[in-house]
Amino acid sequence: MHMEMLSGNEAVARGVYEAGCHVAAAYPGTPSTEILENIGEKYKDSIYCQWACNEKTAVEIAGGASIGGARAFAAMKHVGMNVAADPIFTLAYSGVNGGFVFVSADDPGCHSSQNEQDNRLYAPHAKIAMLEPSDSAECRDYAKAAFDISEQFDTLVMLRMTTRVCHSKSLVALEERKNVPVKKYVRDPKKNAMLPAHSRVRHIYREEMLKKLEEYSNDCPFNRVEDNGSRIGIITSGIAYQHAKEVFGNTADYLKLGLTYPLPHKLIADFAKKYATLYVIEENDPYLEDAVHALGFINAIGKARIPICGELNARIIRDALLPGTAQEGYEPVADIPARPPTLCAGCPHRGFFYALTKYLNKSIVPIGDIGCYTLGINAPLNALDATICMGAGISSIIGLAKALEMQGDTRKPLGCVGDSTFFHSGMTSLMDVVAADANVIACVLDNSITAMTGHQDNPGTAKNLMGEPSPMLDIERLARATGINPDHVRVVDPLDIEAVHAAIDAALNVKGPFVIITKRPCALIKEVQKANANKHCVIDAQKCRGCKQCMKIACPAIAFEGGKARIFDPASCTGCGLCAHMCRFGAIERRGE
Amino acid sequence: MTKSILLVGVGGQGTILISKILTVGLTRMGYQVKMSEIHGMSQRGGSVSTQIKYGDDVYAPNIGLAEADMVISFEKSEALRALPYLKKGGTLITDEREIYPMPVLSGEQSYPHDAIETLKQRVDNVIVIRAAETAEKLGSIKAQNIVLLGALVKAMGLDGVDWKALVSAMVPPKAVEMNLAAYDAGYNME
Repeated sequence: MHMEMLSGNEAVARGVYEAGCHVAAAYPGTPSTEILENIGEKYKDSIYCQWACNEKTAVEIAGGASIGGARAFAAMKHVGMNVAADPIFTLAYSGVNGGFVFVSADDPGCHSSQNEQDNRLYAPHAKIAMLEPSDSAECRDYAKAAFDISEQFDTLVMLRMTTRVCHSKSLVALEERKNVPVKKYVRDPKKNAMLPAHSRVRHIYREEMLKKLEEYSNDCPFNRVEDNGSRIGIITSGIAYQHAKEVFGNTADYLKLGLTYPLPHKLIADFAKKYATLYVIEENDPYLEDAVHALGFINAIGKARIPICGELNARIIRDALLPGTAQEGYEPVADIPARPPTLCAGCPHRGFFYALTKYLNKSIVPIGDIGCYTLGINAPLNALDATICMGAGISSIIGLAKALEMQGDTRKPLGCVGDSTFFHSGMTSLMDVVAADANVIACVLDNSITAMTGHQDNPGTAKNLMGEPSPMLDIERLARATGINPDHVRVVDPLDIEAVHAAIDAALNVKGPFVIITKRPCALIKEVQKANANKHCVIDAQKCRGCKQCMKIACPAIAFEGGKARIFDPASCTGCGLCAHMCRFGAIERRGE
Repeated sequence: MTKSILLVGVGGQGTILISKILTVGLTRMGYQVKMSEIHGMSQRGGSVSTQIKYGDDVYAPNIGLAEADMVISFEKSEALRALPYLKKGGTLITDEREIYPMPVLSGEQSYPHDAIETLKQRVDNVIVIRAAETAEKLGSIKAQNIVLLGALVKAMGLDGVDWKALVSAMVPPKAVEMNLAAYDAGYNME
């Protein structure tokens, strides 16, 4: 048996492969991204896989494959499931032909997310089965079993992961791929077309299937009791199980739940009734605890002591349940400078955001979106006021424009999204802008890659997940296709400050929608790095007057020390020249052109 | 008995490669190993950490306050930041390298140049090594992580597996020689 050290994400990809899955789709999102990346790298000969424009289309691609009889898979981060909720809730009624499994990767602690919503609550809401792996071996096992459960109970299966499960590595025993033929597609509108007349019937069927699933949940090997002969009982699932084991070891008995919707109520009651001291250990919301309490075991202790907010670790659980038993440590050191993430040296977004600073508090109200460019909100640029979610950078400014107008504020909202975000949902937002003839500036910061999640291809990159060339969607042409006044679309280089200013000035001079597309590839793209390898800036200490003008662009390659600016990290400097543009004394020069 | 190693640094410093080498080596030594890292936003020049736990039975992959037997820092001020994760009596290895974060670059906050003194006042076992500087002398700052690996193997007493063979297998072919020299330099430092 071949053992391999895999992350949870790699293990899920392996499980999906071994299960004989045929079609997989996803939109990248931390902490889920590597699942589809792995399928693309390692298993594309067996599985058709693609990056979808967003999580909704990913689920719909997989949904169509399932209706057609193929085993289908989709992956997304937790907030992506909000986007995909529409097809998920309706596919839940239809059920499956080929098994349909999807991952929701939640992010307790908001390591890379705008919230820490607990997507376990989606399972009862959508009425679909849910599995919660706690390490990489379980990721593989559960992903694989999920397809069988999906087909056996005619249900979508959600594999609910969290950041620590996704991004922790442990050993997995690899198995061969099962040869699962694609089932025959048979027209069946009563199952697959959710008209009201069909839906009402399918809802009743769904409730019946959930009862059968609950019976299975009581017997499922993924829901197991670990009896250590203790008087303390612990009910737990997912990564919280690992934390609980770390703290209590063999001094407690465990009900370790892997199939957590439908919950095994009988199993829970049989376990819970044995313990006067009963803990429910889970991350974020009291999903298990509420169920345990509802069964009458109000002695169960969970969120009364364990925090709802933030990511858990063993220490937090120890302090909550066994106070005073932690190891001694060291007090934090005061006044350590914070190290917030920053736009990289040479990042094209920097030029655009610096150009915006001229208009802040005067003529524009800038709104951001989700991506690297969200970092434009930080000091010293302070170039964004608000962000909500993917696509909102363009749609929210329609309402904002109205609100400002109603209070006599003459500033014009300016919204920005990235190229991948534009394809995700910014495109529909732009159609709203144009259709509403909104008095706004919609900007697409096109850096030719889905950068924040680690450089995935998107419809604008002319390459797909299988490594093949694909048609390149052109953002400018898409914008023009809305029928917007042709003079109200500008394409500029974000590092050309004058050009950005000219575009914004033009936008401010007209009433109605204006589109600015900034085009320059991410500085970390390999080909770009090669092209910039010898380029860098130098600061002449003699000429530097210490005016700090160059510090206003927040470049991590420049430091200000002893009254002078200097290129602190020449290796990371790409010679973009934005600092040279800032210097009024000609102290900065670009080299290696 | 489970041991916990916390690696901290700044996005882009190569913490991932050395944790990969460590997990393979520790697995070969017969330990159960779990490794945990955070991807995403923090990689854009922010503080990063990788956590490795090994022993007979390892459960939680991540390390809480006062749970690390060793903290190994690729950057001086990050060692200060990570201090609350070290257990009393644990070992702290830090590079002398300074990488200024944005608030320092812009002159709003000052860099704690006295970090080493602060650490030595509080912690009994502090090992300071010039890993980045040594790596640069050997040919590339990229080998900083392997210098630190050598120091870590020595400090944790992890002899018993051919670490140099692992290094050779996991760094780019043309960088093998430099990285082996880096490993030796780290192992023999102090």
